[in-house]
Amino acid sequence: MKPITVLVSVDSNSVLLGARHFLNYLRDLVKEYNLSDTVDVLETGSMGTYPEGVIISILPDGVFYVVKSEADVKKVFEEHVLKGRRVLELEVPGYKIKRSVEVEKVAQETRIVLKNVGEIDPTRIEEYIARDGYFALAKALQMKPEEVIEEIKRSGLRGRGGAGFPTGLKWEFTYKASADQKYVLCNADEGEPGTFKDRLIMEGDPHSLIEGMIIAGYAVGATKGYIYIRGEYYSSIEILRKAIDQAYEYGFLGNNILGSGFNFDLKIRLGAGAYVAGEETALIESIEGKPARPRLKPPYPPTFGLFGKPTVVNNVETFVNVPRILLNGADWFRQFGTESSPGTKVFSLVGNVVRKGIVEVPMGVTVRDLVFKFGGGVEGGKKLKIVQTGGSAGTFIGSDKLDVPLDFDSYMKNGVSLGSGVILVADETHCAVDLALTVMRFFEHESCGKCTPCREGTRMAVQILERISRGEGRKGDLDLLREIARNAGETSFCGLGQSIPVPLLSIVNNFEDEFKAHIGADKCPVGVCEFKKKTVKRKLGVKKW
Amino acid sequence: MRDVIVEIVRKARESAEERDILINTLHEIQKRFKNFIPPEAAEILSEELNVPLSKIYEVLTFYTMFSTKPKGRYVIRVCESLPCHVEGGREVVKALKETLKIDFGQTTSDGMFTLEMTSCLGLCGVAPVIMVNDEYYGNMTPEKVKELVDKLRGDVK
Repeated sequence: MKPITVLVSVDSNSVLLGARHFLNYLRDLVKEYNLSDTVDVLETGSMGTYPEGVIISILPDGVFYVVKSEADVKKVFEEHVLKGRRVLELEVPGYKIKRSVEVEKVAQETRIVLKNVGEIDPTRIEEYIARDGYFALAKALQMKPEEVIEEIKRSGLRGRGGAGFPTGLKWEFTYKASADQKYVLCNADEGEPGTFKDRLIMEGDPHSLIEGMIIAGYAVGATKGYIYIRGEYYSSIEILRKAIDQAYEYGFLGNNILGSGFNFDLKIRLGAGAYVAGEETALIESIEGKPARPRLKPPYPPTFGLFGKPTVVNNVETFVNVPRILLNGADWFRQFGTESSPGTKVFSLVGNVVRKGIVEVPMGVTVRDLVFKFGGGVEGGKKLKIVQTGGSAGTFIGSDKLDVPLDFDSYMKNGVSLGSGVILVADETHCAVDLALTVMRFFEHESCGKCTPCREGTRMAVQILERISRGEGRKGDLDLLREIARNAGETSFCGLGQSIPVPLLSIVNNFEDEFKAHIGADKCPVGVCEFKKKTVKRKLGVKKW
Repeated sequence: MRDVIVEIVRKARESAEERDILINTLHEIQKRFKNFIPPEAAEILSEELNVPLSKIYEVLTFYTMFSTKPKGRYVIRVCESLPCHVEGGREVVKALKETLKIDFGQTTSDGMFTLEMTSCLGLCGVAPVIMVNDEYYGNMTPEKVKELVDKLRGDVK
């Protein structure tokens, strides 16, 4: 170890503020001053968040600085590193750094999926291996494929993409289908507003995903895999590419993996901006070089998937659970979560909440705990008004339903969806009509247009909601919205249109009073919607006295 | 131009199966021609891959990340999803439209900026977020929008 270490915190917040650039600049400075033998400049994960600046720390002194520009970096370098003088105006005391959820492992957090995130350097396969990486693969290759599937089935793992289908069962269907070629696909097309867990998993621990996919390939008899990833996720793509190359180098991918005779190739395919591509058959169409329009089901992908061959499609989080289960056993996994939904869930906390970020907790956690315990409550001491759980296609609830436990069955039991694990908090300054309009605009924009109920239904819903938020709502508007929701839900072609009733009905029903208060009123009751000024119609004729 | 496309297709073929390279190839072409896919390039690609031109345009127009028209020097994508919306995204969108004096899908007359709507960028921890070309900017406010646009304009001069 060199006498002086400069740590630069690079995470989702500080990257935006130029952290990587500062890191490179520091390295240049070290070279420029010929200090390569004395000073190490290292990239590290989040040290916490501090508004408006990147945190760097100088060891062994243990001093934190917040830098905003190259000039700041240079000043810290020249003063502190070269001359040993503290730069008081840039220094921040450690306790003032607001710790984000990623760093502050809240007491009850249970890390299975996020075990390595923030703990290892994602660009070095050695660090992953040092934490039992690829041990599960080695173990799996000594088992029969049926045994691997049986273990996953016994664990009760259900798909983390939103639908919650039992993973082991999906694998078994694919295993039983006979074909000359089978495929494993990872759905990393994370387009759900508010969800960014998959991105952080891929960027923090790419090898866990790769290992999970190889195991899936071995279990179902597939020799080729694809990661279909959002085109906008530049850094995830870069990190995954590097990780795949390293896995090939070490013999975890390619031919005769670990001398077992099993071959598996893995490639990355980019999405190009289409929310509907997250639907599994639409995703398959997209990889085949077509517009991402969903297929009619059945047949399902386990029998007729990519290029018409049997295909397993799982979400990033699902695959990452696999190596942990194989290594520790199904019984170990079942001790977390609930009977019908074992394991943990990675939630994204967003909106008006104090600590935004991701948190991993056992299934069955309540919405209240997520918002107040893990999220630190509502920002600015305001009152909580609306929570949307599960993403865009999730439910809007008021504070009366905060104690509902979240697992895959909570929607059926209590009408609150788990979905992809988004918890979006809106405080008292927000208007239900405005939120409904925003979410329906999203659906209108993302509808692929293939079927009428979804394409036209979303458009009509937007028009009606716009009317209400302009102050021109009519009496039967709420019933009309409900009817559109029901129609889209019952007659749409794919999951996108079918899920429209969930957000739309939940917000109209749970906040009916607020919708009604807009209709026939002079101004938005919350003061958010901009009502069109009414032109006063004068009645002609004789005034009544 | 043909050489460029042929080279891109050859590289894609090396790393992929014949039938699954269209979208990846289009990404490459778009990158090569700054931020759009010229009609000629689509025609050459159609010949090289032996895929009807209509099929290529079907894909091109379906996905929001592809463009058949040249865009401005800076493409500004702004997220209008709920997580950004509840954190003041609406004001940011308004400020962008006012500062640039254009609507979504339009390019400023000097060819500097194109404004686009995007769905979630996965950076909701620092909402509202906008993206300028490959760079992300978080915790946006109307004031920061004006500063950023001025700065980008100044960088060119």
